[in-house]
Amino acid sequence: MRRITTWLLSTVSALVLLFSYHTSTDSGAAADVVAESDTGTTSGSGSSGRGSTAAAKTYTGDAVTTRFGDVQVRITVQNGKITDSEVTQVPWNDRKDQEINSYAVPILNSETVAAQSANIDMVSGATYTSQGYIGSLQSAIDRANL
Amino acid sequence: MITAELPVTPAAPPPPALARRAWVEQVMGMPVSVHVRAVEPTRPDLEAGVARVFAHLRKVDEVLSTWRADSDLLRLQHGERDEAHAWVADVTELCLEAEDRTDGLFRAWRRRPEGRLAFDPTGLVKGWAVGGAAAHLDVVPEVSYSIGAGGDLVVGAGPGPSAAAPSWRIGIEDPRRPGAVARVLTVRRGGVATSGAAARGAHVVDPRTGLGITRSGSATVTGPELLWADVWATAAWVDPTRAERLMVQRDAAYSLLVV
Repeated sequence: MRRITTWLLSTVSALVLLFSYHTSTDSGAAADVVAESDTGTTSGSGSSGRGSTAAAKTYTGDAVTTRFGDVQVRITVQNGKITDSEVTQVPWNDRKDQEINSYAVPILNSETVAAQSANIDMVSGATYTSQGYIGSLQSAIDRANL
Repeated sequence: MITAELPVTPAAPPPPALARRAWVEQVMGMPVSVHVRAVEPTRPDLEAGVARVFAHLRKVDEVLSTWRADSDLLRLQHGERDEAHAWVADVTELCLEAEDRTDGLFRAWRRRPEGRLAFDPTGLVKGWAVGGAAAHLDVVPEVSYSIGAGGDLVVGAGPGPSAAAPSWRIGIEDPRRPGAVARVLTVRRGGVATSGAAARGAHVVDPRTGLGITRSGSATVTGPELLWADVWATAAWVDPTRAERLMVQRDAAYSLLVV
């Protein structure tokens, strides 16, 4: 992939924004989450991803431990473009988390794909809020460049 | 059409196609991405250079971490040893210089809850470390690189004809609209650092009041060295007007972008 648009990572701050209103999640308990997106996609534990054409490949980032719990992101790359991204693992420990996540995850998914149109190599932003989340998506994108 | 009529002249060879390759490792408590562009990014000398970048950062973490109880810095502070890696002294001096250059808008001393002042160089160490690590790629020929570390980054190139190195497009995150990019900077060499409060405030403390800064927005500084870009970004987040005035006087090679 050329000029992969790593600034997509910034979209994850949507998650952070929403997570920042509650305080305690036990990162060890992050479950294998089914993240429902706008398009009705579900992220199972399989590796095939959504794109069923031959050219689509999925890359899963490392799970990153944040102070809110573990986060993991998967992207689907087709013809050098990110066609989909999913959060495959989010902190999901109590009802409030579920409300937050079910709201935040679709934002992340749709904005990440939209962000593909901009040709950006790296992103600079304030660290504190998003470093863990950035890490996971960045990791996924970087794998597309391996 | 017309070209068929023209005499064949030995044109300058087209610039070689550059391939892109990325590495990422979790080090110093954050994911660090190294992206390179080179004709052949699988070259062993290039891979060795990238390995030295990460090794450098791991070493910095061993010496200067404020989270690892076994770091030189903390063992020194806890009185568990008398000598430390020379980097501890280097960083201490740089912190003093940063405080001086910014008229105290940057400070590496934090007040503990019980009131005691503690030396905490964390705000300077990242920029210093990533800038220092990048030097390992400055000596690798024919490569252009960009290293991102938790929102701060350094861009550069090794020696060789690709000194006409490709530029990197750096998106500055919009602190008020998650997922959006406020500006795009094109950088060939140098550092880009952003300080601010994207979604959650108060990780930078105003040294004049001891209070966290809670307004929204961010300050980005670009310039030759990530270390000073980072210091000035922190200062500019504390007081944009004053920091910019000082920066123009003292570090004219750096420029500020407030978002």
